[in-house]
Amino acid sequence: MADALLLRAGRIVDPSQGLDSPGAILIEDERVAAIGSDAMRAAEGRDARVIDLPAGWVVAPGFVDLHAHLREPGYEGKETIATGARAAARGGFTTICCMPNTNPVLDSAAMLDSLLDRARGVPARVRPIAAITRGEEGRELTEMMELAEAGAVAFSDDGRPVSSGRMMRLAMQYATPLGLPLVEHCQDEDLVGAGVMHEGAISTLLGLRGWPAAGEEVMLARDLTLVRETGARYHAAHLSTAGSVALIRQAKTEGLPVTAEVTPHHLLLTDEWVAGERAGPLAGALGELGLMVPAGVRFDTSAKVNPPLRSNDDCAALLAGLLDGTIDAIATDHAPHTAVDKDCEFAEAAFGISGFETALAALLALVHAGRLPLATLIGALTERPARAWNLDAGTLKPGALADLVIFDPDEEWTVDPARFASKGRNTPLAGLTLRGRVRMTLLGGAMVYDASAAEPNG
Amino acid sequence: MTTVTPRPESIVEDTVAAPAVSTPQRRHLLDLDDWTPDEMRTILTRAGEIHALLENPSAGRLESLRGHVLVNLFYENSTRTRVSFELAGKRLGADVVNITASGSSVAKGESLRDTVRTLEALGARIVVVRSGAAGAPDLIARAINGSVINAGDGWHAHPSQALLDLFTLERHLGSVAGRRVVILGDILHSRVARSNVWALTAMGAEVTLCGPATLLPPSAARLYASRPTPGTNAPRRVTVESSVERALTGADAVMVLRLQRERQQAGLLPSLREYSRQYGLTEARLALARPGALVLHPGPMNEGLEIDPAVAAGPQAVIEEQVTNGVAVRMALLEALAPAREGRQTHG
Repeated sequence: MADALLLRAGRIVDPSQGLDSPGAILIEDERVAAIGSDAMRAAEGRDARVIDLPAGWVVAPGFVDLHAHLREPGYEGKETIATGARAAARGGFTTICCMPNTNPVLDSAAMLDSLLDRARGVPARVRPIAAITRGEEGRELTEMMELAEAGAVAFSDDGRPVSSGRMMRLAMQYATPLGLPLVEHCQDEDLVGAGVMHEGAISTLLGLRGWPAAGEEVMLARDLTLVRETGARYHAAHLSTAGSVALIRQAKTEGLPVTAEVTPHHLLLTDEWVAGERAGPLAGALGELGLMVPAGVRFDTSAKVNPPLRSNDDCAALLAGLLDGTIDAIATDHAPHTAVDKDCEFAEAAFGISGFETALAALLALVHAGRLPLATLIGALTERPARAWNLDAGTLKPGALADLVIFDPDEEWTVDPARFASKGRNTPLAGLTLRGRVRMTLLGGAMVYDASAAEPNG
Repeated sequence: MTTVTPRPESIVEDTVAAPAVSTPQRRHLLDLDDWTPDEMRTILTRAGEIHALLENPSAGRLESLRGHVLVNLFYENSTRTRVSFELAGKRLGADVVNITASGSSVAKGESLRDTVRTLEALGARIVVVRSGAAGAPDLIARAINGSVINAGDGWHAHPSQALLDLFTLERHLGSVAGRRVVILGDILHSRVARSNVWALTAMGAEVTLCGPATLLPPSAARLYASRPTPGTNAPRRVTVESSVERALTGADAVMVLRLQRERQQAGLLPSLREYSRQYGLTEARLALARPGALVLHPGPMNEGLEIDPAVAAGPQAVIEEQVTNGVAVRMALLEALAPAREGRQTHG
């Protein structure tokens, strides 16, 4: 047992087993061998390497991201599987589900095979989401059965909605026996048109074309009607409005097989960030913590994202949905872009935020400010997304893969995108000082990120 | 198309000194929402002085921009605004370069940032920009050391227009404080309306935004209620009204906006006929306003559509004065915002 590793920690948080206490984890053969007081006993007399973690640090299951864009193949200037996985490791994510809007689109088993081939050996488990329709063109279904056999964990035309109600209904009927979720990017293209930011007072201030909340809710309502009829497994991507939370809550009350995710930025940031005005939950929480939030710039393309950042009321409804369980998962929608994609007129700029490397620290602001219990946050990053999509991840129960994150919840650091592992430096959080930092990430028991080693002086 | 204007060959001896720059901290004119009434007053006062000088042929020339290169960078068609800035720059002694380019910089394959950095390398110290993209002037202001003047960006802002409208109103009304100005028409897509709201409300006027509900901007009342006037913290008085009769009754001035015909094609209006009949400014509707109420239009007009030709040519219209006043107001702006001759070296 020379390869055994014993982690002794001041705090282990694993909502999958209701655990929040000091203890130890024994790792053998890439898996958790024992946890808690059992781990100490199991390690006795063994030749286990021991790591004693500082008392304040937290050990949790590695984070599971249901929504990421790795850009390969086709857009390697924005990100590659390798750089995306390194960024994930730096953010504490060990399982990342990648969206199929690459070029070509992930719509065939051959594409999935090739992607999984290229993902071998990268420091995160890459789980592909295959397209619902061929080329994400909304006209013909993909070969879903073969795609499921090839390793697809879900289906989505993300980046684009499935606009045709008929096509979505067919997809639901066809996919139901597979048991894999259909993931919708809810955007009624007719209502949204060329909208570039939340329709409201700030879009009026800036003279930018609005993307109304109804543009999301209309499509979600349509889809839920179809779920009611077909019984399909349905997952709503990146909810952004209070109305969407209410729709999902109602659907769950009815017992529909529906899950939903929210991004860190939709929980934390408001449309005012587009105008350089730092309002909303993150700015409020950081202010309470005494951390300065510098003003931004008007027409800040780093805050341009789809769906758009919305109002403070929407943020509050999303947080309430997370707290009451309506929302199952926090997913980053990690959407890296090049500087050229963003350094232009607002309407021309690409949508998206590079999210892996700031997600935890930004979300911890809500924990520090007393608005979100740490266990709820960890649960929404681990057990609940894993359960929603039936992924082998998100837990430290004995026998589970030893994917875990170790973070210091109190370390303050300043977001400097130039130091990102991601090629995408597009984040509205640049220059902000956040509290809480990933120190180590283990994948199958192997250290894939160690902040001390990566930045000995940082 | 690029035209370079040579510097005047004759040396003008009799110059009139510009006053000390009263807003040294401000380098750009991007929008007016963050301008204090005092700042606007400084520009308007100086514009009045310049206006008097321009009317007096024996007065000397202004030379405060001699040696400066002013670039008119126009990505959208414009005659009056471009010519107005060109004349303003020339009358201050600047070398004026006009660049007109159709479509966005992205469509050309050159980024706006690269374009303006190139212009700066060629000596441009003042960039006057007109763009279909809201925020383009902000982007330029972050990219170069010189001054940026927004000559209209998308639906966002057209601040020099708002200042010349304010100047024109004040020449007739004295002060706009306590007066009510109706902005009539397609508010949603109007940068003129947006900038005028900031300028007029800061100076104490009440503004009524009036148009069919599909052409009114979302959450406008909430927006203005949440942004009091800088410097004084006075609340901005803005109401939104879809009934043209209610809006016009008792108004002191009406600013009629151009209706783009494509709004009807986009489904925002049932027909141009209905718009004209319901919202066009006719003599009968104008009679609801205060006697002698002023009629403004930023141009170009669709006579017979948003405004009756009799009103446009009538005694209450000050539409041509707006154009004339534009040169003096823009000269005052250029004087106030132009970088010092030695240039400032830091990015702002």
